[in-house]
Amino acid sequence: MTQVSFAPKSNSLGWFAAHEGRLIWRDFVSLITGGKPRRIVLVGTVIISFAVAMHMFVAHLLRFQLETGIAADTTTLLMISGLATMLFSLMFSQAIESVTRAYYARSDLDLLLSLPATSRRLFQVRTSILALQTTVFALLIASPLVNILGFMDDIRWLSAYLVIAALGGFATGSAVLITLFLFRTVGPSRTRLIAQIISAIVGAGFIISLQAMAILFGQGFSRLSVFTSQYSVDAAPALDSWAWIAARAAMGDGWSVLFLCAASALFLSATVSYSTRRFATDALATSGLIERKSNKTSFAGFTRSNSIRGILRRKEWQLLKRDPWLLSQSLQQLLYLVTPGLLLWVHYGQGGGIFYVVIPVVVMAAGQLAGGLSWVTISGEDAHELIDTSPISMKTILLAKVEAVVSIVALVIAPFLIALTVFSPRAAICLAIGTFLATFCAVLIQLWYRGQANRSLFRRRQVSSKTATISEAVVSILWAGGAALAYRHGVFLVPFAVFAGLVMLVAWYLRPRLNA
Amino acid sequence: MTTPIALDIRGLRKSFDRPAVDGLNLQVEGGEFYALLGPNGAGKTTTLRMVAGLLQPDEGAISVFGTDLAADPIQAKRKIAWVSDEPMIYDKLTPLEYLEFVSGLWGVEAQEAEARSLELIDWLGLEPHAQERCGGFSKGMRQKVALAGALVHEPQLIILDEPLTGLDAGSARQVKDVLLSKVKRGTTIIMTTHILEVAERMAERIGVIADGRLVAEGTFEELRGRSSKQTSTLEEVFLDIVEQDDAENLAA
Repeated sequence: MTQVSFAPKSNSLGWFAAHEGRLIWRDFVSLITGGKPRRIVLVGTVIISFAVAMHMFVAHLLRFQLETGIAADTTTLLMISGLATMLFSLMFSQAIESVTRAYYARSDLDLLLSLPATSRRLFQVRTSILALQTTVFALLIASPLVNILGFMDDIRWLSAYLVIAALGGFATGSAVLITLFLFRTVGPSRTRLIAQIISAIVGAGFIISLQAMAILFGQGFSRLSVFTSQYSVDAAPALDSWAWIAARAAMGDGWSVLFLCAASALFLSATVSYSTRRFATDALATSGLIERKSNKTSFAGFTRSNSIRGILRRKEWQLLKRDPWLLSQSLQQLLYLVTPGLLLWVHYGQGGGIFYVVIPVVVMAAGQLAGGLSWVTISGEDAHELIDTSPISMKTILLAKVEAVVSIVALVIAPFLIALTVFSPRAAICLAIGTFLATFCAVLIQLWYRGQANRSLFRRRQVSSKTATISEAVVSILWAGGAALAYRHGVFLVPFAVFAGLVMLVAWYLRPRLNA
Repeated sequence: MTTPIALDIRGLRKSFDRPAVDGLNLQVEGGEFYALLGPNGAGKTTTLRMVAGLLQPDEGAISVFGTDLAADPIQAKRKIAWVSDEPMIYDKLTPLEYLEFVSGLWGVEAQEAEARSLELIDWLGLEPHAQERCGGFSKGMRQKVALAGALVHEPQLIILDEPLTGLDAGSARQVKDVLLSKVKRGTTIIMTTHILEVAERMAERIGVIADGRLVAEGTFEELRGRSSKQTSTLEEVFLDIVEQDDAENLAA
């Protein structure tokens, strides 16, 4: 009797796809549970509750539109196209990051290239799964809006899911093409850095746009001035223009859906087919990368420093200077502060109180920058055994690392401080106090939560300690708010200081106990 | 004139889930090449990590050339260098820059540090790569850079945990030559290795550790004399000693 098995035959493409899917799923579970799988039920409950809350929120937000019905006019088409562009930027950012990782991660590349199967087919599967992964993420984000529109306005809105899938295909295909283009033009050694910077800027652009829109949503859906302004409506193409194809498809136009999906599938398969011809060669080229040569034939100048702390500081600066990826990742956090600035501008800036906008944004930036750099220098020490076995006290080592961080923060914040001093010395004092306190607290939290990690894990540092991440952010926000209101009157700083003190107390209490 | 005691370990204990080091006593004389052998999980690395100051003992005392490690760790660490089987160096520095940084940590004067660094780079065959950043180095090259870092401040006691892992025959030979020449100049070396032939040829004394305790110690000839079998290689002697210890533990 022939035995029937539903499992894909081992070493088939289906089996490989299942293997890839399993790895992605495990990585995802590890990410959301912080490496503790027992938390999955709790995390699942939180996610479901969040999804329900988001559906209710969207339903509340769209209540007027749902009552009157949504017409396919220029404003609606503008709005849908804007949302589609934001989703595309998110998917593109994620795709370029994933594609680059597929080229540079050495984990199983040697195994795959030595398999008795065509590596080209395997890489086709891998790239297709990347497209799927990118699309699923965007589908989940868009689901509250699509579901509410589909079930409360017109079932045809559900075709927006197909539009998102098509955009996912375009995003992954574009990411693959750009990565290949970078490989050919700037070479494998620079491709990773440039691709990561593109990913960060596009990704931050999405977040900034999303938060900016959320701020504007706070004033009501109809006041979404970017899309409803007369200027935008006048500048928009005619209603029958092809530029609205994505918006029309999202609203359920069958031919537009069909065209988008077909074009996306064709584009993705063409790029995947083209790229995988050279994938093995390109991926192998990344393994033989030689780190850049130094022109110096003598010492770098560490020993020119008169003190041990000076030597340690110079080392930290040198390592950061030579790691542009890490530096760009650290400074990227400054981009995210554009939206708090916008939020404050919407609420306070109209009265001409520019200092109420500048002070908290800069204080917040200082806190976040200090937290990120402290993690890199304290927990991301690459040669911790060398440092720990050296004849230097831990106090001196940590002090030098903190000095290295604080000097970088000071360098970034100095232009703001100088500019404010010119306009208002009082505002400059508030900024200086806020920056000092936010930096001090962020560094202290990183000292309490210090561990041993590879610097390349910088983007995932939040996973290792959510308490540190949350308390660092809350304290930065508190000092930002306190410093801004202290500009009005010093006494306003007191309640913020009390709350910040309480948060620090909780962070200190929950800190991991260091065991030697 | 009596030879100074380079390392004096008394009643050392360290437990994780179970005892890793269990009342260990060990003395190593100055200028001696001492090999610490034992099966996986015997407590070799834990012992050496405590000596290097990377782990805090639960009980016991460690003294390095008369300096109590717990009472004056800074002074004790001045005399020690540590090299592990997983070399931890900075990918973004060149070997020369790494050696300069290490020299700075141990307070070696700049001019002297540069001369020593260049000598070590030449000695370990790293000259063609002296200006490349360590990020692209093979494991063997990284191990040599780490070893150069351990030697650049001329420590009195060098602790090596599996230093030959991942080295090709040529590199292993270079490292062994460097270590032997250091011993000739009076440096004390304690090394763990699973390559028993290396211990047999290089070490003056050998200690066998099992279940966190020192179960045998002596020169190769003395250990061979202790073995129940008339054997010739250290591998056979080592296996016999470990088997005897297991049998005694079972009987107890």
